[in-house]
Amino acid sequence: MIRSRRDLAAIALLVPVVAAVLLFALPLLGLLLRAPWSDFVPTLLSTPVLDALRLSLTCSFSAAACSFALGLPVAVWLAQGSSWQRNAVRVLVTLPMVLPPIVGGVALLLAYGRNGITGLSLPFTTTAVVVAETYVAMPFFVLTVEAGLRAFDRRYAAAAATLGSGPWRTFWTVTLPMIAPSVSAGLVVAWARALGEFGATITFAGNLKGSTRTMPLAIYVAFETHPDAAIVLSLVLVLIAAVLLFLLRDRWSPVR
Amino acid sequence: MTLHARFTLERDAMRLDIDLTAERGETLAIVGPNGAGKTSCLHAIAGLVRIKTGEITVDDEVLDNGTGSNFVPPEERHVGLVFQEHLLFPHLTALDNVMFGMRARGVERSAARAKATEWLTRVGLSECIGQRPATLSGGQAQRVALARALATTPRLLLLDEPLSAVDASTGLELRRDIRTHLDGFDGIRLVVAHSALDAFALADRIAVIEAGRVVQTGTVAEVCSQPRSPYVADLVGLNLFRGAVRAGMLELPGGSKLTVPPTPDGDVLATLHPRAIALYRTRPDGSPRNVWPAPVVSIETAVDRLRVQLGGAVPLVAEVTPAAVADLRLAEGGDVWVAVKASEITVYPA
Amino acid sequence: MTPLGHLTLLVATLAAGFGCDPSSRASTTVFASASLTEAFEALEIEFERRSGTEVDLHCAGTARLVVQLRAGATAHVLAAADLRNMQKIVNAGLADTAPRTFAKNRLSIVMAEGNPKQVKGLRDLAREDLLVALCGPEVPAGTYARQALDKAGISLVSVSDEPSVKAIMTMVQLGEIDAGIVYETDVRSAGNTVASIVIPERHNIVARYPVTVLSSGHATTAGQAFVDFLMSQPGQRILQSFGFLAP
Repeated sequence: MIRSRRDLAAIALLVPVVAAVLLFALPLLGLLLRAPWSDFVPTLLSTPVLDALRLSLTCSFSAAACSFALGLPVAVWLAQGSSWQRNAVRVLVTLPMVLPPIVGGVALLLAYGRNGITGLSLPFTTTAVVVAETYVAMPFFVLTVEAGLRAFDRRYAAAAATLGSGPWRTFWTVTLPMIAPSVSAGLVVAWARALGEFGATITFAGNLKGSTRTMPLAIYVAFETHPDAAIVLSLVLVLIAAVLLFLLRDRWSPVR
Repeated sequence: MTLHARFTLERDAMRLDIDLTAERGETLAIVGPNGAGKTSCLHAIAGLVRIKTGEITVDDEVLDNGTGSNFVPPEERHVGLVFQEHLLFPHLTALDNVMFGMRARGVERSAARAKATEWLTRVGLSECIGQRPATLSGGQAQRVALARALATTPRLLLLDEPLSAVDASTGLELRRDIRTHLDGFDGIRLVVAHSALDAFALADRIAVIEAGRVVQTGTVAEVCSQPRSPYVADLVGLNLFRGAVRAGMLELPGGSKLTVPPTPDGDVLATLHPRAIALYRTRPDGSPRNVWPAPVVSIETAVDRLRVQLGGAVPLVAEVTPAAVADLRLAEGGDVWVAVKASEITVYPA
Repeated sequence: MTPLGHLTLLVATLAAGFGCDPSSRASTTVFASASLTEAFEALEIEFERRSGTEVDLHCAGTARLVVQLRAGATAHVLAAADLRNMQKIVNAGLADTAPRTFAKNRLSIVMAEGNPKQVKGLRDLAREDLLVALCGPEVPAGTYARQALDKAGISLVSVSDEPSVKAIMTMVQLGEIDAGIVYETDVRSAGNTVASIVIPERHNIVARYPVTVLSSGHATTAGQAFVDFLMSQPGQRILQSFGFLAP
């Protein structure tokens, strides 16, 4: 029995919430219910799975490191002002975020392939995986850090200058520590994006066990031959993501 | 050592045209209304904003002459600036904040630590060494900021409204301490002060900036006794008139005339202390020559007295005791008779 | 087929599964192996013209089609690229009729246009200066290619286990790999944008394409009509025009 408009409003809120919760919870439940629990550990410890896991972790951390090394200077430059050059670069850097990764893969192939415009011959190497993952992951890092820098109160940098600190020292000892939450959030999102990268990788880097077959590719392959193994691999990724969100819950949650 | 700052600068639709000189060993207070350009002036001296024309020099060294090629960046000026909101680095402890400037100038970690500890002890915060700025009170943070600036042994020390971020009770003690540290600092000292009290308590000389220009400079005594603008007069609590003396009478722009002490003819400024104004219900008899009726515009409480704003031909502020208000049955919108003795009016050349 | 293509198909399959039961419409849903794409597009047009029944054609890697059918996708006909995958459908009780071979195909070596690396036969594929890619072992074409190499006694390292013959064709056309093993029909439909070499009979593998009517389609007559057309002379003529061999 609905007693008041207030109750009605509460229900109007609750119904879509429940629907959304189901939308997210049911797939997870599906994985858990269908997982071959008796074979879980042997499957997890099998060579192909460990290879894929090792490769995924190596490549995603490398991609996060590359995003930091290249993305930080870009973010700093973008945050320094606004001009058409900066806007153009921002669009360029953000593009992979909105493009389907497969398009990124094709574009990377045409740029860094053997017959691409650079002729670098990157495809089919682990380096290509890192490049593909950096390509799709770095935009997240750059945008997050640029937002952090723009919100940074520059008077602190001014204070550092009056204390005798040059721009370089000020950046590393004042600005960067003060925007550390943005930097770490950016790194996490970039890393997670790299870990989950599929389309650009399979198109650009190929799919070979041990050198380019990361977890998502292994899941893709396993899904057609050993669906149980695909479920185990998927659960491993879910677990990694869950652990990460747990570790970063303070940074992540809007509630402090 | 002498600071000369004669420059113009434009910033956010504000134009500054400044001419200041400060000597080593004296404290110059910069006062002026909000938005007059006091902070920008300090920032130009510290090198945080560039001047457009003119020159800022310390002795023979040019810090900025508007050309860009002679611009000395802030980190090389050896100018200590204590910001209005202290701006302590939130990710560093009080000790690390004070060490920051020394480390930036290449002082060894252990030496910097020792000196920073000494400075924090000197400002009375030896207990707070390991605390982050967020856990410090406003007064404590301001002391750390002062220690941080002084620890770099600057040539110039600039304080931007050091007392604005603390409450009144802490302010009293902090003001005294700042005065002590200023006196102990052997360089050029500039303080932007928001209240007259701060300026008078901290400074030897005062420069008044209004609308981007220095309108008056002088010793505290000079500025207090002979304000040259309504803002300064208000700051020091005096009524100020601008007019001309002719044949012993002060003629005001509205046509009113006041009897003043004997003065040569010419354009003058005249001050009148609010407590020297006598109010009567009816026209008073006797000696005062300056007597006129005036409407009461408003009545405000000021500590132990009441400030009565009077309208009419000669707008004035008078201060009377609460008893007098009751006795005179003063009320806003009512009328009252004003009497001023000629000897209470101070006249000086404009 | 590209991963994006797979995704599109998956979405389409789900939509079909949710929204519209194929039996409720006068149309026939056909799932076909990716290597049959061009031929079945032509068959679709001809069948629709003759029977007036609309055909919904979905093409993807055979392995993927099997996964989708076992997960509950509904279709009338499955045309697979190998017997092993077809057997999974039979074992799952999804086949309504015994699978029949409707076409055969053979393997071919494909190289970039003009054969710049001078590949002359299977043996050359083991050359160290060549980048060679095969389909993954889960893909029928990948299994066949490995069988052919075994027969010839050649061992080579594939630089990538590509998800379909179409991906290999693209990589060869882009020049990212020097050679690959695909079906003869792929080479034929690529025209002269690639070069190719016939694999000798003694090493070649004959790929058999089986077709079955699916029980999930309910209206088995619709599926049977399409299979009959496939086996008929006009159907076979179309398949052969794309390079497929008679069963």
